[in-house]
Amino acid sequence: MKANPEDVFTGVYYIDGDVACAYGAIAAGCKFLAGYPITPSTEAAEAFVRRAPEVGALFIQMEDELGSIAAVLGAAWAGKKAMTITSGPGFSLMMENIGLGAALEIPFVIINIQRGGPSTGVPTRTGQADIMQSRWGSHGDYEVIALSPDSPQESFEFMIKAFNLAERYRCPVMLMSDECVGHMTEKVVIPPASEIEIEPRRFYKGPKEDYIPYKRESDLVSPIVKAGDGYNLYIIGLTHDERGYPISDEEALKKDLDKISTNRYLVDKIRKNRDDIIEVVEDQIDGAEVVVVSYGITSRVALKAIEQARSDGIKVGSLRLITVWPFPEKRIEEIAARVKGFVVPEINYGQVAFEVDRCSHGEANVILVPHGGASVHDPKDILGAIHRVASEKKRYENVIEYTTGLEMSVFGKRLAEIARK
Amino acid sequence: MEASKTLTIEKEQRHPMDELLRMDRIPHIWCPGCGIGAAVSAFAAALEKLEFDLDKVCVVSGIGCTGRVAGYIKLDSFHTTHGRAIPFATGIKLGNPDLKVVVFSGDGDLVSIGGNHFIHAARRNIDMVVICVNNFIYAMTGGQVAPTTPIPAYTTTSPFGNFEPPSNIPRLAEAAGAVYVARWTALHLRRLTESIVEAFQRPGFSVVEVISPCSMYYSRINKLGEGIDMLRFYHDNAIIRHGEPTENLDIDYQKQIIIGRFVDRERPTFMDSYRKWLSGAESISKEKVDEKN
Repeated sequence: MKANPEDVFTGVYYIDGDVACAYGAIAAGCKFLAGYPITPSTEAAEAFVRRAPEVGALFIQMEDELGSIAAVLGAAWAGKKAMTITSGPGFSLMMENIGLGAALEIPFVIINIQRGGPSTGVPTRTGQADIMQSRWGSHGDYEVIALSPDSPQESFEFMIKAFNLAERYRCPVMLMSDECVGHMTEKVVIPPASEIEIEPRRFYKGPKEDYIPYKRESDLVSPIVKAGDGYNLYIIGLTHDERGYPISDEEALKKDLDKISTNRYLVDKIRKNRDDIIEVVEDQIDGAEVVVVSYGITSRVALKAIEQARSDGIKVGSLRLITVWPFPEKRIEEIAARVKGFVVPEINYGQVAFEVDRCSHGEANVILVPHGGASVHDPKDILGAIHRVASEKKRYENVIEYTTGLEMSVFGKRLAEIARK
Repeated sequence: MEASKTLTIEKEQRHPMDELLRMDRIPHIWCPGCGIGAAVSAFAAALEKLEFDLDKVCVVSGIGCTGRVAGYIKLDSFHTTHGRAIPFATGIKLGNPDLKVVVFSGDGDLVSIGGNHFIHAARRNIDMVVICVNNFIYAMTGGQVAPTTPIPAYTTTSPFGNFEPPSNIPRLAEAAGAVYVARWTALHLRRLTESIVEAFQRPGFSVVEVISPCSMYYSRINKLGEGIDMLRFYHDNAIIRHGEPTENLDIDYQKQIIIGRFVDRERPTFMDSYRKWLSGAESISKEKVDEKN
């Protein structure tokens, strides 16, 4: 269905990524934000609360992130599209209830404007080091969807994608933005509501007495209901069966949890639908010798390196991740068989690089261009890595790290190479 | 001559409370002598008196023995994570203000790990009823010391006697801003029922504390007998003092317990304040120019 024109602030703006996220969420129909202030995400909540009255959305500043995520889950059960906005430290605090949301198959969105870490880190500067955490952060098995915008424009558009995916798959969806994109002010075009497709909540439509909470449709997702409609919901975080009833100790011991609980579906509904969920942007992959795999702000920095490398005569392709999770395993596998190697620049010490390596099955070299955070890569380092992969004769078994210019100047070339072994 | 009476047992005996219970989950997990079941009965009786549209009542509980309540009550029930029942309930209430939300959880869940949320929901005066069953211990995990454990009670993690001063829940609730605060015991069911009714009738954050025996851990470890012995203790030592200043409501080990209705006041609820603010809030019209502050 189309977006509600009252929720869409159609127009051309000059705003930052944080504000664009807020506008995107509102356009998607989000009517509830519970949050706790954390740099560098605060502008998003501020933008949301200023617009909330005119669209009938409610904002509550909770006492902490733990309360924020709990309130989001509650509001979702009351029937609202709900979200919270945070950064690294708050993301960590929310992990337990992200697991609850995943286990209960609640549709909700979390915006993580990533910053320097670990711990308090560098609050006012960028990072991309929460990527693995977005998938594996909470205990137990479950799958999430994570998106990575590279600009305020994408911040707006991907929020709509995020809410749509959350409703379609009843899972946590994370917008893994970062301080650079969040605080970058750029032109954002918000189209008319008639050009925005939003996914309505998949409500159960059958007779009340036949309602089985986790009975799945063909895409492995169950229609949902809301509190107050007389379904006598039984919502519980304990591992449960189709009716939502917890599995007893005895049953867990004697029977196959895959068959009697919803656990298997928490991962399958994403893994089996991965082809519909995964989105990447490819450029000149065919005939490439080297492919740069990047996401978020780093993909914009990589563009410059790629341009230069191409004019240096190297056939460079680019694979930009729109969805980081689920990861495009098959595509990487296909490409690995045909290229010399991958270059993975990321603002961390290696997260997606290891996924690329895993999916390459030893068919291609993977060189990580790490970055400790706070700023973005120097395109020269990405360029250097592209050259290295293009000229590398040896096949490495594991991910190799590119020795960046900074390290060279600090340690000197030989010392840095020794450190890499 | 009187015909001998034979006792006929009907195939399926129904109890008035059956409508409100998930009978397929009964028998429940609570120990013989536990007071939680009694609190649930009082709650059921209160709902009957209030004649609410039960479709619109939501029960939210956390983790613990009392946290299990959500699983046995046939309403929209939410068994959430430890300490987070109140913010979850806040989300439900703000997501749909027409719903009546009751948080039914234990002392550890509500004022220990959940303490921060308890304080702020009371401060905001979110319209909900909080029934806090206080058994002075973390029972579900095997009887560890809790913030409500009196000095010098024994628990598994205070094997030489607890030395930490315990929380005074009514005082905390009042100080944080609750509009209705009462304390009863698992013995005083009729009055507990009345209090739950009153709590629902008061707009805002209402807290009803229920002092309960824990026959498996608290009273067993401290050699205080079983549930019935604790009830006898409450009978002999609980004294009703309505309006007692909450600073006098500390619970000392095996001493007098003051019960009654202590706070009953009016404050604007969160939704009242929000709606008032909303009507005065400036609505920013859409502008096609620079939106940044």
